[in-house]
Amino acid sequence: MSITRRQLLILLPAAAVAWKSILAGTPEASPNYNMTEHWWGMLVDITKCIGCGSCVRACQMENQVPDGYFRTWVERYHVSDYDIENPKVDSPDGGKNGFPPATASDGKNFFVPKMCNHCADSPCTQVCPVGATFVSPDGVVLVDQKYCLGCRYCVQACPYGCRFVDPKKKTAQKCTLCYHRITKGLTTACCENCPTGARQLADLKNPNDPIHEFLKTHSVQVLKPYLATRSKLFYNGLDGSVR
Amino acid sequence: MKAFKDAGHLFRLASVFLVGGVLFLAFRGVLVPRSFGQYGHYRADAIKETAALPISYAGHQVCEGCHADVLEVKSKGVHKQVACEACHGPLATHADDPASVQPAKLDTAVLCVRCHEANLAKPKNFPQVVSAEHSGGAPCETCHQPHSPAIVAVAGGNQ
Repeated sequence: MSITRRQLLILLPAAAVAWKSILAGTPEASPNYNMTEHWWGMLVDITKCIGCGSCVRACQMENQVPDGYFRTWVERYHVSDYDIENPKVDSPDGGKNGFPPATASDGKNFFVPKMCNHCADSPCTQVCPVGATFVSPDGVVLVDQKYCLGCRYCVQACPYGCRFVDPKKKTAQKCTLCYHRITKGLTTACCENCPTGARQLADLKNPNDPIHEFLKTHSVQVLKPYLATRSKLFYNGLDGSVR
Repeated sequence: MKAFKDAGHLFRLASVFLVGGVLFLAFRGVLVPRSFGQYGHYRADAIKETAALPISYAGHQVCEGCHADVLEVKSKGVHKQVACEACHGPLATHADDPASVQPAKLDTAVLCVRCHEANLAKPKNFPQVVSAEHSGGAPCETCHQPHSPAIVAVAGGNQ
């Protein structure tokens, strides 16, 4: 079989098109989702948190988080009236099974749910040597599980302690803001299962999202604002003693 | 052409650089994933891969599609904000195949106290009890029905 120059010139562009479709990879899982229309964050209302640990359990089940590691966890603070600079913090098993009764009645006690702050200027993505972690166009900090080397730079860089290296996969793991759920129109596993509504997923690009009204009418803070990470985890009722 | 008398080694050097450059571009073309750099210094396909992960919690909207009777009871009580799977656990498998995957029976002695056991750190307006003193060891559902926990005077008037 011989191919003339004319046939070769016709075949080449066709082969190029075919090759491109081979390289294109898997089709998008949620075809109706447009990344440019969203900018995700979360609202945590500390005044509503009861420390039941539903969010921690839900996160572990939804994302197969290994035992002893946490993508979200709940801390209990005890702040004495006489030493507000040095709160006592406990979080038995990440608060997964609730908390034992608080004993100290002086000062104040409260719960603080913690997770990835999905910073718009995140320190963790800046230190990755291989481009395996990044802020997605819709504002979620993700890890490329196929690209991550497990070097732990990001684990050290996160000022909020929200990353760990999976003991089996040896790659960096963190909260994905349940990206596989929010792209399908669901809320995150932790927000879905919070019985008091202390956690709420927020889409800052959606003008009808209740987050806008909430931010207007409440004194809302982020953790460690002096680090200028542009965190998108907004806390209502955050005490100054919280680290 | 005396100036170019010994130019041969320059051409050899240039060809080494040329071959090196071509090899570099060829390896780069093969090794760097196609979607790398589409949105930034990362592989854009990683976004799709994360989005394609399986779901464990179906979401209360899915539950309510079939269990309208429970929704009716729940919507009248103080537990109307509590999502089904917060107590019943992840049941996306049950939603996909209701016949073969049955949710486990729940133990109120474990579930209720998770939220309602008294703790100083809980908000003061949240209903809390010291379970040992409150019920004298009787299971919670003796008096309270979890879907609508307020105690109604008429017997059988509440579910």
